[in-house]
Amino acid sequence: MAGELYRKPIMFAIVATVVILVGTIVTMFYPMFTEGMHPKLDNLKPYTALQLAGKDIYMREGCNNCHTQTVRPLKTEVMRYGEYSKAGEFAYDRPFLWGSKRTGPDLARIGGKYPDAWHYQHFENPQAFFAQSNMPKYGWLKDRKLDPAVSESHMKVNGFPYTAEDIGGLAAKSELDALVAYMQVIGTAVAKKVAPAAAAAAEERNPLEGDERAHERGEVVYKQYCDACHGDDGKGGIGPSLTDTTWLNKEGDIGDGRIYEIIANGTPNGMPPYANQLDKDKIWSLVSYIRHEQHKNK
Amino acid sequence: MHDYQYDHQTVKGFIVSSIFWGVVGIVVGLWISIQMWKPELNIPPYFTFGRMRVVHTNGLAIGLGIGAIFGISYYIVMRLARRPLLFPKLARFHLYLFNAAVALAALSLFAGMNQTLEYAELEWPLDIGVVILWVMFAVNVFGTIIKRKEEQMYISLWYIIATVIAVAILYIVNNLAVPAGMTKSYPVFAGVNSANVQWWYGHNAVGFIFTTPILAMFYYFLPKSTGLPIYSHRLSIVAFWSLVFAYLWTGAHHLVYTPLPDWIQTLAIVFTLFLIAPSWGSVVNGYYTVGSDWSKMQTNYLTKFFIMGITFYGLQTVQGPTQAIRVVSQLIHYTDWVPGHVHMGTMGWVTMTTAASIYHIIPKIYNTEIYSIKVANTHFWLVLIGQLMFSITMWITGIQQGALWKATNADGSLKYTFMEGLAKNYPFWQLRTVAGVIFTVGMLFFIYNIYMTIRKGRALAASQA
Ligand code: HEM
Ligand code: HEM
Repeated sequence: MAGELYRKPIMFAIVATVVILVGTIVTMFYPMFTEGMHPKLDNLKPYTALQLAGKDIYMREGCNNCHTQTVRPLKTEVMRYGEYSKAGEFAYDRPFLWGSKRTGPDLARIGGKYPDAWHYQHFENPQAFFAQSNMPKYGWLKDRKLDPAVSESHMKVNGFPYTAEDIGGLAAKSELDALVAYMQVIGTAVAKKVAPAAAAAAEERNPLEGDERAHERGEVVYKQYCDACHGDDGKGGIGPSLTDTTWLNKEGDIGDGRIYEIIANGTPNGMPPYANQLDKDKIWSLVSYIRHEQHKNK
Repeated sequence: MHDYQYDHQTVKGFIVSSIFWGVVGIVVGLWISIQMWKPELNIPPYFTFGRMRVVHTNGLAIGLGIGAIFGISYYIVMRLARRPLLFPKLARFHLYLFNAAVALAALSLFAGMNQTLEYAELEWPLDIGVVILWVMFAVNVFGTIIKRKEEQMYISLWYIIATVIAVAILYIVNNLAVPAGMTKSYPVFAGVNSANVQWWYGHNAVGFIFTTPILAMFYYFLPKSTGLPIYSHRLSIVAFWSLVFAYLWTGAHHLVYTPLPDWIQTLAIVFTLFLIAPSWGSVVNGYYTVGSDWSKMQTNYLTKFFIMGITFYGLQTVQGPTQAIRVVSQLIHYTDWVPGHVHMGTMGWVTMTTAASIYHIIPKIYNTEIYSIKVANTHFWLVLIGQLMFSITMWITGIQQGALWKATNADGSLKYTFMEGLAKNYPFWQLRTVAGVIFTVGMLFFIYNIYMTIRKGRALAASQA
């Protein structure tokens, strides 16, 4: 009887189909009809027309070949990138863009991490920020205009709400604008967690005070992490000057402890937190460096 | 012999086409491998890494892989059915349409028309083309098998039938999308669900394109070229059904630690571990077949291709399940380890076995001998060295990456920035390019050998006419 099967191609094909369908049904088809597969966070919003256009460009350029968009619930990964990814964050992603290779860093929490200006300059020339980066330059996207009619049809297919102004406004935007808008929305449905090391923050005074070499060590760290935004010698750029008398947009000095905190935890206006990348000594050496540069400027 | 001539031309057409697309895919592979350590080689808009990587994967999976599978499956089906193809003209049209589709696929991917589903990147008009190609293939395969002149269906036919069915289901489901213009669509599946469907597809694309049809070749050409019968028929039966059953449960091992519900991940990991058994069923069958006379390794130049190929399949199918385990996945997922894994399979198993099958077929079609066994041996050693060097460098750098990402200082802060980790890959990525060049030179020896054999065969045919 069993031997018959290997003489009857049609019967064989039917049996093979059934065998193939068992796992297919249990692991792929059945879950589709369970709630667990369609979660949505309460404050997750559909993409705007500009953001969706940016996401389409992300897909067209194959950014997913180097960047993932999912933070695993592993301690060091959460420290590096931020809160781990929640199932309900991706309800509007058709398809999902989690990726499978990190030639570049994960982007699941890139939204709001840097100011827009950072992204524009980084896309223009990634190597200016990180000399050893292997990311291609994407400045050419700024010379390509969006097509509002195309965007509108894409919004319709996705069923996202939009107004005539939203669509009309796209005519003045470039593909680079769209891509930056998309960067800024990724992962923002989940509140930013205060970095775990923040609790360990500030003594009021810099413990390295009196250490003559501290500012030199700080300079090395500064060149690696900070000067892309705050300019050479803290003169300012994308981020504000660190050598003038204004702090956090207000005239007047703030204490060393507060500077430490800003470096460690970041600010809501686009300064990223560094507590997980720099240990205490490095952050204090940065404070020393900043004070040193300020002093030179007086 | 005469009825076969027309069909053999079609088989040869597929083989030559697949070699052509293979060259394109490999050149793109070399290019992207250099881009990874020399970003100046990105030339926007068409020639950036993000666009070219999918040309590489599709070019080789569809152009080289499926092209060879079409041609070689036709050859195997005819032999095992003891008759020419049922619809020879359809097969010829299939060949033309295949080449047109691959050419358009490559152009569309360079142009950035990309669904962003791994191994299902092609946009919907091309998806329809792929489905039509597949139906044409299915019609001829089933038709010819049904009208066969040999009562028993040999093992290779089982694998070919399973391939035809599984790929059809996988491809259609994962590509379901709503068009938004001619060159853009949005899948019907979203978020977590879309991830689950995609990797059900993705892993089984590996299973039913890079595994089952290649096993069909292995089971047919190993006994043919060595003259040794397959060791155990019963083992073949058990291995076949358990492989075809288990594969479909395992896709979520690509999504370990993602927001996909845990039960699907765990189920996938368990079935993945089980998958070692049916995979090794075929490995053991292969070893014991040649085991009845190991001298074939020396006396028959093709034996070592098949034995090396099945060895890499064996290693691949131990490494794969290992990668699925959570503690291992934690370390190597997202790193260069995975391309190391992938290329052991694609270079060491798929390309090795396919090349050996072609070495068998081309002389048979022309009723002659291979042009040069020496050239074939040079080909063998070069691709072997290139592939080992590729995989080993990527495994080392992958583990290093994973470890650097996890390293912390005494106070609990991260020890390395992402950039510091990236910079450490560069020497390995450079070595990988060298490995790729060695592999490519090996493939050039192969192509030269096939070209010369065809020339020889043509001259012979002309002299007989
Ligand atoms: C000279 C030979 C080759 C070179 C230099 C090469 C290079 C590369 C590179 C650089 C990548 C991207 C890795 C990354 O993103 O980190 C890649 C991916 C890939 N290649 Fe190749 N490759 C070669 C041959 C092949 C062959 C012969 C095949 C198939 C028959 C193949 C199939 C693939 C696949 C499926 C991927 C995707 C892997 C993944 O998603 O993890 N490659 N290759
Ligand atoms: C029993 C057999 C196998 C199992 C269980 C297996 C398992 C796996 C796993 C777990 C991954 C994901 C690794 C990660 O990202 O963490 C993977 C990736 C991959 N494997 Fe295998 N593997 C097997 C055999 C093969 C074979 C024979 C080939 C090809 C000839 C192959 C080609 C690939 C490819 C192309 C990927 C990359 C997918 C991507 O990320 O784009 N595997 N495999």
